[in-house]
Amino acid sequence: MTQKNEVFSRPLSPHLTIYRPQLTSMLSILHRITGAALAVGTVVLMGWLWAAAYNPECFTGIHTFLTGIIGRLLLIGWTFAFYFHFCNGIRHLFWDMGKGFEIHVAYRSGWLVIAASLFFTISTWIGALSKAGAF
Amino acid sequence: MKDSIRTPLAKVRGLGSAKSGTSHFLWQRITAIILIPLTWWFIYSLLHIANGGSQELVIAWMASSANAAALIIMLMAVFYHAALGMQVIIEDYIHCPSIKLSSLLLNAVLMFAFAIISILAVLTLHFHMIPQGVAE
Repeated sequence: MTQKNEVFSRPLSPHLTIYRPQLTSMLSILHRITGAALAVGTVVLMGWLWAAAYNPECFTGIHTFLTGIIGRLLLIGWTFAFYFHFCNGIRHLFWDMGKGFEIHVAYRSGWLVIAASLFFTISTWIGALSKAGAF
Repeated sequence: MKDSIRTPLAKVRGLGSAKSGTSHFLWQRITAIILIPLTWWFIYSLLHIANGGSQELVIAWMASSANAAALIIMLMAVFYHAALGMQVIIEDYIHCPSIKLSSLLLNAVLMFAFAIISILAVLTLHFHMIPQGVAE
C-alpha cells in the first residue's frame, strides 16, 4: 500500500503517532471501542433470551454468572459502555445536523458526555443493587 | 497519471463509490434514533425483572404484547446497528483483502443469526410455546 501511495504520489496525512492525545480524539476512539464491546454484549443478550425460552438450567447458570463478581464487573463495564455510546451518539447526531463543531463546544460536549455517562452508570447500579437488597 | 490518486486498474475496473454509502449512513442513524427510547425502556425493565433472576419474571414480562413488540423492534435495531458499526470497524482496521472479506461476511451472518435467535426466543416466550417440561 505504501509503495502504491508513493508511485501515484498520493497525499498522505500525518498519522496518529505525531498527535498529542486530546479529549476529542480519545472520545472518538472510545466511541468505537464501546460500540465493539456492546456488539460483544449482544451475544449475552441473545443467550439470556434463548435460555429464558428454551433452557431453564442454562438460564439459572447465566443468572448465577452475571450476579457473581466477574459477571457484575462485566455488566458494569457494559452499562458504562452503553451510556457512553448513547451520550456520545447523541453528540454525533448533533454534529450530523451541523451543530456543535466549534472547538470549545466540542470540548464542553465531550466533558458533558463523560459526566453524564458516569452519572447514569452510577445511578443505574445504585438502583440495581438496592433492588437486589445490597443496601 | 502522476496527478491521479487512482490506479489505472481501478480506473479500468470502474472502482470508486458503490453509490450505496448513503444508505449505510442513514440506517446507522435511523436505528440509533429508534434505540434512544427503546434501550432506556429495556434497562428500566431489566432493573425490575433481572434481580429476581427467575424465568417466570421474564415470561410474565414477555406475556404483554406491547413489551414483546417493543423488545423485537429493539432487537432488530440493535443487531442492524451493531452489524453496520462492526462493518465500518472491520473495513477501517483490517487491510488484508481476504481476511477483510471473510470478516465482513462473518459479521453479517453472525449478526443476522443473533437477531433471528433472539426474536425467536421472544416469540416463544410471548406465545407460551416453551417446550414441554421446560417452563416451571
